[in-house]
Amino acid sequence: MTNPLSRRAFLGLTGAAGLTTALAACGGGTRLGAGSGTPTPAAPAFTGGEYTGPKVTLEYWNGFTGGDGPHMRTMLDGFNQRFAGRIEVRNVTRRWEDLYPAMPTAIAAGKGPDVAIIHNDWIGTFAVRQVLIPIDDVVGALRLTEDDFIPAVWKAGSYAGKRYSVPLDVHCLGDYYNTAHLEKIGLKEAPADRAAYEEALAELKKAGIAAPFWMPNKWPAHLMFMSLLWQHGGELYSEDGTRALWGSEQGVQALSWMVEQIDKGYSPAKVAIDSQYAAFKNDKVSLTWDGIWQINDLRTNAPSLKWNLAPVPAIGGSPAVWSASHNFVLTAQAGRDANKVQAAKVFIDHMSRQSTEWAKAGMIPARNSARQAPEVAELPQVKLAADLSAFHFLPALPGVGDVQSKALELAVAKAVLKQAAPADALKEGVATADKLLADNKRKYGR
Amino acid sequence: MNDALTRAPGAAEQAVPARAASRMRWWTPYAFLAPYLALFTVFMLVPIGFGLWTSLHEWDINLPAKPFVGLANYADLFDPGSVDGSRFWLAMRATGVFTVASVPILIVLPLLVALLMNGRFKGRNVYRAVYFAPYVLGVAVVGLLWRYLLDGNIGLVNHYLGLDVQWTTDVPPAWIALVGVTVWWTLGLNAVIFLAGLQDIPRELHEAAMVDGAGAWRRFRAVTLPGLRPVMVFVVNATILASANMFGQSYLITAGAPADQTKTAIYLIAETGLRQFDMGTASAMSFVLAAFLMVASALVFGVFRDRDKR
Repeated sequence: MTNPLSRRAFLGLTGAAGLTTALAACGGGTRLGAGSGTPTPAAPAFTGGEYTGPKVTLEYWNGFTGGDGPHMRTMLDGFNQRFAGRIEVRNVTRRWEDLYPAMPTAIAAGKGPDVAIIHNDWIGTFAVRQVLIPIDDVVGALRLTEDDFIPAVWKAGSYAGKRYSVPLDVHCLGDYYNTAHLEKIGLKEAPADRAAYEEALAELKKAGIAAPFWMPNKWPAHLMFMSLLWQHGGELYSEDGTRALWGSEQGVQALSWMVEQIDKGYSPAKVAIDSQYAAFKNDKVSLTWDGIWQINDLRTNAPSLKWNLAPVPAIGGSPAVWSASHNFVLTAQAGRDANKVQAAKVFIDHMSRQSTEWAKAGMIPARNSARQAPEVAELPQVKLAADLSAFHFLPALPGVGDVQSKALELAVAKAVLKQAAPADALKEGVATADKLLADNKRKYGR
Repeated sequence: MNDALTRAPGAAEQAVPARAASRMRWWTPYAFLAPYLALFTVFMLVPIGFGLWTSLHEWDINLPAKPFVGLANYADLFDPGSVDGSRFWLAMRATGVFTVASVPILIVLPLLVALLMNGRFKGRNVYRAVYFAPYVLGVAVVGLLWRYLLDGNIGLVNHYLGLDVQWTTDVPPAWIALVGVTVWWTLGLNAVIFLAGLQDIPRELHEAAMVDGAGAWRRFRAVTLPGLRPVMVFVVNATILASANMFGQSYLITAGAPADQTKTAIYLIAETGLRQFDMGTASAMSFVLAAFLMVASALVFGVFRDRDKR
């Protein structure tokens, strides 16, 4: 027991040593986000044309896991061949819901993308998180102008006066219908308004289709709800992003209509995630609302199914549909290397000139002018863009994704699962949303 | 094995400490401990310290400003009116429901299976392999497989049983499904541990009990169960911890449905920290969950220690 250092003191010391290391690690931790704050080596402004620097490799992330993926890879191969020996673009495709959470941290660690595709509603969040760097010069070189785009798509790309994105496409929810089922009740096309839609569902049920229109409680339930909300004349969030407005009377009407489909027996209760689409593919469902990117999936994986695609019916009076756009962005990771910035800009420039080719992946070109090209105009999904005023987008508020998943999607699920009446579910959801919006406002310091 | 310790009274024993003392420095034991301590520090103490530090901040992974907020993250969790607080306690409730429902089954059933497999019969090894087989599958395989089998409208389970139960989108069926899948999946592991424990019980004890006229039930209670006690402490504790850490099954099979009711604490922590980047709140949640688990472990050890004294 004559040890100069008692057991207790030693433990204390190790603890202290551990804590010091921990604090040192914290120092490293703070660098994570600040990495993008280091001054970017000045890359010359992009004016179009060729890449002249040394050979670089770019990491390119996207979420094209569906019927759109093979098409993107073909386009990418074309680019890599053309720029062989100068620019190599390596493709990383992962599901959107995994890509978004991984991207900011991966970029901070230098293991993320140099160039990526993200949705319009994420641009604000990522811009304020300093994950992206502005690309006004690319937009200039491409001679993109606001009047060639849907205003919401164009505006989503700018944050605090700078442009962060080059829109590649727009996509929306569509009304997929089983043509064989509809023929049984003498219809050639999906009905387009509320009365006709409800009548068709009743007829289909009589014609022996037990549940013709399955109502999901998860994805894409919230997209259906938002579409219906806009159709009834409602709004999602206040202009300044401080209040959730989807609990309005219009919201209740929208959600009630969804629940009604279950009450009337057109949908089974408590449909599990994705099974409405699986059932549609298996010829059990007559009508289902899903994204237009499923076109190629249905073509490849359900070849015997007879189906077609129509715009989402105007249940609430005026036509409106949830839409989003894919956007090229340049990341803070590329920003650490002037050559990569140059190469990435060449890449974005090159790829976005091929939006016609990309449309064949089931997308609608973002540029109004590109939609008029004859080979594009004939594609089934482009017909959905006939009335652009129907396209509604989620606002690009920083942190809006959290509000959607913690409040709106939960409220929709609760009502569809009959755990709460639509009005009550929305009221509770809006209360949560308002708290989150206030939190975001403070956090992102707008 | 304690023969060596008891057998050495005498002169030799006195000589040893004297010689040892001359070579021992005060730091000698620590030098021997050093390799382990280094690992323990790097992989346990530092992460725990860092986590605690994180939980005291509004720590968003990639916002440069990480303001110190003291205990505000914890206060938020204990305020049922706040967004994170209500979500957290709902998730803790889900974890509790799952643990309470799954642990008894995961103890009793594997014990029965182990007793069966401990017998002598033909094809014994095949049975052992069959029961253990699901455990070699990853949670992703198990989750995806059962998600489709259990689907209320297009799943095979309802189809063959002629039922109309929404296994993945309704409670309590979702809990039955999650517990059932977990039992199917991990039963083999506990059974194998119990089996090893059973084989360690000396045959002589059973024979002696039989000579004394004890029946099968009496032998089970007086020989088998006490013989299994050390194994039992381990299995109960490990099973409680594993059940309380349930994530993959509800993530893949129910996706938290219906309306977050099967979203477990770990699920919520992962979502908060890694999807919403709110590391401060996520760390605070982890510490609260860890505190609960420590209490649970202490209770288990307490229960078994009391029996020791009797």
